[in-house]
Amino acid sequence: MATKVHMEALSPTMEEGRLVKWSKHEGDPVKSGDTLAEVETDKAVMELVARADGQLLKVMVPEGTTVPVGNVVAWIGKPGEKVDGTGSQESGAGAPKPAPNPAAAAPRPAATAPAAPVAVPADATRVKASPLARRIAKEAGVDLKLVQGSGPGGRVIKRDVEGGATQARAAAPAPGSKLPAPSGAPYEDVPLTQIRKTIAKRLLASIGPIPHFFLTTEIDMERAAEAREALNKQLGDEGGKISFNEIIIKAVALALVQHRACNAWFQEDHIRYWNEVHIGMAVAIEDGLITPVIRNADMKSLREIGAESRELAGRARNRRLKPEEYTGATFSVSNLGMFDIDQFTAVINPPEAGIVAIGSIVAKAVPDGDRVVVRRRLRLTMSCDHRVIDGATGAVFLKTLKQMLENPLAMLL
Amino acid sequence: MPTLTYRDALNQALREEMQRDPSVFLMGEEVGVYQGAYKVSRGLLEEFGPKRVVDTPIAELGFAGIGVGAAMGGLRPVVEFMTWNFALLALDQIINSAAKMLYMSGGQIRIPIVFRGPNGAALQLASQHSQAWESWLAHIPGLKVVAPATPADAKGLLKSAIRDNNPVLVLEGEMLYNLKGDVPDGEHVVPIGKAEIKRAGSDVTLVCHSKTLSVAQKAADQLAEQNVSAEVLDLRSLRPLDEAAILESVKKTNRAVVIEEGWPHIGIGAQVVDLIQRDAFDDLDAPVQRVTQADVPMPYNKLLERAAKASPEKVVAATRRVLYLD
Repeated sequence: MATKVHMEALSPTMEEGRLVKWSKHEGDPVKSGDTLAEVETDKAVMELVARADGQLLKVMVPEGTTVPVGNVVAWIGKPGEKVDGTGSQESGAGAPKPAPNPAAAAPRPAATAPAAPVAVPADATRVKASPLARRIAKEAGVDLKLVQGSGPGGRVIKRDVEGGATQARAAAPAPGSKLPAPSGAPYEDVPLTQIRKTIAKRLLASIGPIPHFFLTTEIDMERAAEAREALNKQLGDEGGKISFNEIIIKAVALALVQHRACNAWFQEDHIRYWNEVHIGMAVAIEDGLITPVIRNADMKSLREIGAESRELAGRARNRRLKPEEYTGATFSVSNLGMFDIDQFTAVINPPEAGIVAIGSIVAKAVPDGDRVVVRRRLRLTMSCDHRVIDGATGAVFLKTLKQMLENPLAMLL
Repeated sequence: MPTLTYRDALNQALREEMQRDPSVFLMGEEVGVYQGAYKVSRGLLEEFGPKRVVDTPIAELGFAGIGVGAAMGGLRPVVEFMTWNFALLALDQIINSAAKMLYMSGGQIRIPIVFRGPNGAALQLASQHSQAWESWLAHIPGLKVVAPATPADAKGLLKSAIRDNNPVLVLEGEMLYNLKGDVPDGEHVVPIGKAEIKRAGSDVTLVCHSKTLSVAQKAADQLAEQNVSAEVLDLRSLRPLDEAAILESVKKTNRAVVIEEGWPHIGIGAQVVDLIQRDAFDDLDAPVQRVTQADVPMPYNKLLERAAKASPEKVVAATRRVLYLD
């Protein structure tokens, strides 16, 4: 007997889905678990997967059509098998507004249903899951209907709901809280959750291979400037004066320690969250640009960062950098302050997920209570790879960075 | 700890129990002058004399009945069957007399008797002499059935069997008699009804007993090379069954493969699976698999015999199925 393929509820609130694209075509062999079609839900484009083996006998719904959850969109069966070409009774691409409860649309077969007890037709209302998977899903509050089963016949098993639980947590706010605890290794690889895959796919289609977005903040540098002057006064003639560049690199590195979600690489099927902080520092050279790396910048003093960045920049201009000196950064800083640029956006250096662009520090009139005072201000823009960093994640990182620069003593914490 | 063969561990248990309790005596075909078909009773006739080490005619029903009568009369007989295949002839005494007497006498008559001998296939003994009877025997209320897999368990369980006030069947193995292992000296008693984890693991529980312990252990070695951590649970007693140990292990691993020498239909594994599906349902991530002898009389042909038996390769394949690796 041929098996119906229903429009499934691919999100908890989905009532209808738009069939974006058929991944399989009539006559194609299909196996349980294969992607049949891409379906746009109210939240994202999701995959509609086969829940039976055989051949895709008939496609009932053309691409671009929106159909209610529970309607038959295709048939799977043995080659040559006859199917009901009219679709399900409540179907029809132009059906006005059914949106039936899927449970009502597809009543469970009666207990006395004859024949072939093993071939219970897969439908949109019944999820095959191991007892353990059901228990874990219940405890974690995961909707089994949203979990793609990897067991035989699409059975949801333990490893699927463990993934599903991750997915459910990822959907909640609290950016950064989902990272595994640092293990002592240099980094942690975290497989892409469904939501991250979808974000990656959708945003790429929109903006190119790296879906950038930008967050700009204006930072009061008055106290950082005072601190810098005091430090340099103390250094006197010792040389190795502290510049704003070192202060910013150090602050970025320390803020990344607190926000590991931004200290990451996008890697095809997983995100590598680094436990070490290596800051790439964009340096303009004669006919281009290179980013030497200050390794473990969070653990270095301002003078060390200063000495190292001057030395690296010098050799960069002379083209004397070794490959290991300009690769392996986990995050980058690009500074055009010396060129009198108020503010700019920097392009991410893949596979890093973020870069901050530093404009000039300029004196500005700013309100201070009911007075206007002149303060030295910096406009800083962070470019984020949206596949890794969401708006809120980037924003909380920038908030920490701003606090550190506005109160440099915070860096001592 | 001294290293003994399974054979000598049984011999030690018999000797120590006969020394400890004068009501214990051994009876069976060739147990005396010939010192046992498999030499389990070596030296016992010499030490304890012909009243306590009794050679019988080839008449299983007869001497099993004499044993039951002796137990009713207050002795503690140990009746050796040359193999459990021959005990088929004595089943009326085992099942209708030994197992029922306590119940039918209203609790007045205890039958503290041990029936023991090798069970299951050895090598190329053909279908009539290559049979594992545990599912038959463990079926009967009123009997206890143990199947030790190691020399230490052989000693400890035989001692418990001799001291038990009920009929206890001890299933040994011709292929086990030469197995060597550490055996504690003196008072070493393994309680009846207690399984033992022979190897701890986290991904799957391999439930086994008797000769299938070595099958499970070899499978666990192969699985370890595939990064699968198998727990090997040796049932040791088949009636009573250590249900708590099975459930505890399955609740940890979420998956089980049950291995036995016998045929699949209504086997020991069926009983274990029944327990798991009922009492560990919510902990199961996959249907429980069984590995048994093929559902045929044991072939005499060497290659066919090997193909019919439970093997580490079959256990590995079943384990990969419960882990959804294939």
